[in-house]
Amino acid sequence: MVTMLERDSELHQRAWDAAASVVDPEIPVLTIADLGVLRDVTLDGDHVEVAITPTYSGCPAMNMIALEIEIALERAGFRRSKVRTVLSPAWTTDWMSEEGRQKLRAYGIAPPQSSHSRRALFGEQTVACPQCGSDKTELLSEFGSTSCKALWRCKACREPFDYFKCH
Amino acid sequence: MPTANIQVSETPLVLYALRRADDALILGHRLSEWCGHAPMLEEDMALSNIALDLIGQARELYSYAAKAEGGNNDEDKLAYLRDVRQYRNLLLVEQPNGDFAQTLVRQFFYSAFADLYWRAMMTSRDTTLAAIAAKSEKESAYHLRHASEWIIRLGDGTDESHARAQRAIDHLWAFTGEMFAVDDGERALIHAGIAIDPGTLRGRWLTTLSDVISEATLRLPENDWMQQGGRAGRHSEHLGHLLSELQSMQRTFPGQTW
Repeated sequence: MVTMLERDSELHQRAWDAAASVVDPEIPVLTIADLGVLRDVTLDGDHVEVAITPTYSGCPAMNMIALEIEIALERAGFRRSKVRTVLSPAWTTDWMSEEGRQKLRAYGIAPPQSSHSRRALFGEQTVACPQCGSDKTELLSEFGSTSCKALWRCKACREPFDYFKCH
Repeated sequence: MPTANIQVSETPLVLYALRRADDALILGHRLSEWCGHAPMLEEDMALSNIALDLIGQARELYSYAAKAEGGNNDEDKLAYLRDVRQYRNLLLVEQPNGDFAQTLVRQFFYSAFADLYWRAMMTSRDTTLAAIAAKSEKESAYHLRHASEWIIRLGDGTDESHARAQRAIDHLWAFTGEMFAVDDGERALIHAGIAIDPGTLRGRWLTTLSDVISEATLRLPENDWMQQGGRAGRHSEHLGHLLSELQSMQRTFPGQTW
C-alpha cells in the first residue's frame, strides 16, 4: 500500500528531476542542478514552485531557463508551475557540483576555481588547459563569449579555450 | 495615453533605488553603443558583457523601486516612460563615449566607486538591497580590474594613448564629486541602516585611483571644483539624445512587447 506521504515524496522527486534536467542554453552539457542555479522545488497540491538564482545580473540565459523549466514540468505532468527568482544568498561558482566540473572539462571549458582567489585587483592565477592539462596558459580576455566565461590560450598546445570564471 | 511620461511617487527609498538604477542603465547603454565598434573583438565582447551586467543590475533596482513605490509602475515603465528631468543618474555616466580612453576613464572612475559601494551595501538592513549588492559586487570587481588594466595600458603606452588618457581624466574629473554627495532623504536612509554614507568611501576610492593612475604614469587633477545636478534631474544635453534612442521603440509603439 502506498501512503500519501510516499506518494507526495515521489511526486516531489518527479518535479525535482524534471526541473533538474533543464540545461544551460549556452553550455548545454551542464544542467541547472550541476550549476547550482536550481535552489528549491516545492509542491502544493498539483502546483509546483521552482526557485532559481541568477548567475550574473544580466545573464540573458535566465529567461530561457525559466521557460524551459515550465516546459519540462508540463512534460512531466505538472500543468501548474511557477518559477521564482531568489537573489539571496548570491550564486557562487562554489555551488557547482563536482560532476558539473568534470563535464565542463570534458566539454573543453576549464572549470572555475575556488572563489576566494577572486578578490585581488591584479592577482596571478593559474588555469590548467582543458585540452592537454598544461598549466602554461595565459589570459587573453576577462570577458568571453558569455557572461560567465573568460578567454584563455594554452602556450603548450597553442589551443585557445574558455575558462568558467569563479564568481 | 500610454506614451505620456509616468508619474513616480518619489519617497526617499524609491528615489534612492531609482538613482542607482539610472546610473547602471545609462552607463550600460553607453557601453552598449560600442557593440560592433570597439577597437578589437575581445574588447567588443568585454564592453558588451559589462553593459549586460549593468543593465541586469538596473533591472533588479527598477523592480525594487517599482515595488517600493506601490506597484503602479514596473521596471519597463521606469526605464522607458520617464523623461530627462525624471532621470536621476550621475552626470558622469551620461557623458558621451568620446574616444576609447574617455570610455575607459569614465568606466574606471565609476567602477572604482561601485566596487566599494556594493561591498558596503551588503550590510544594508534592507534584505533586497543587500542581496542586489552581494550580486553586483562580484561583477564590479571584474569591471574594475578590466578598466584598471586599460588605464595602465593607455597611460603607459604610446605618447598618443598617454595624452588621450590624461585628457579624459582632466575632462571627466569634475563629474566625480557627485558620487559622494547625499541629500536629506538619503541621510535619513543612512541613519536607518538602509543606505551607506558614500562619503566614507572617498578615501579608499582615491587610493585605488592614485595606485592605478601613478602606475599608468598619469596624474590626477588638482582642481577640486565639482559639477553636480544629475541626482536632482538636471542633466547635460547628452542624456536627452541618449534617451531618445533608448526609448524610441516604446515611444513609437506604446506597449510593444517582443
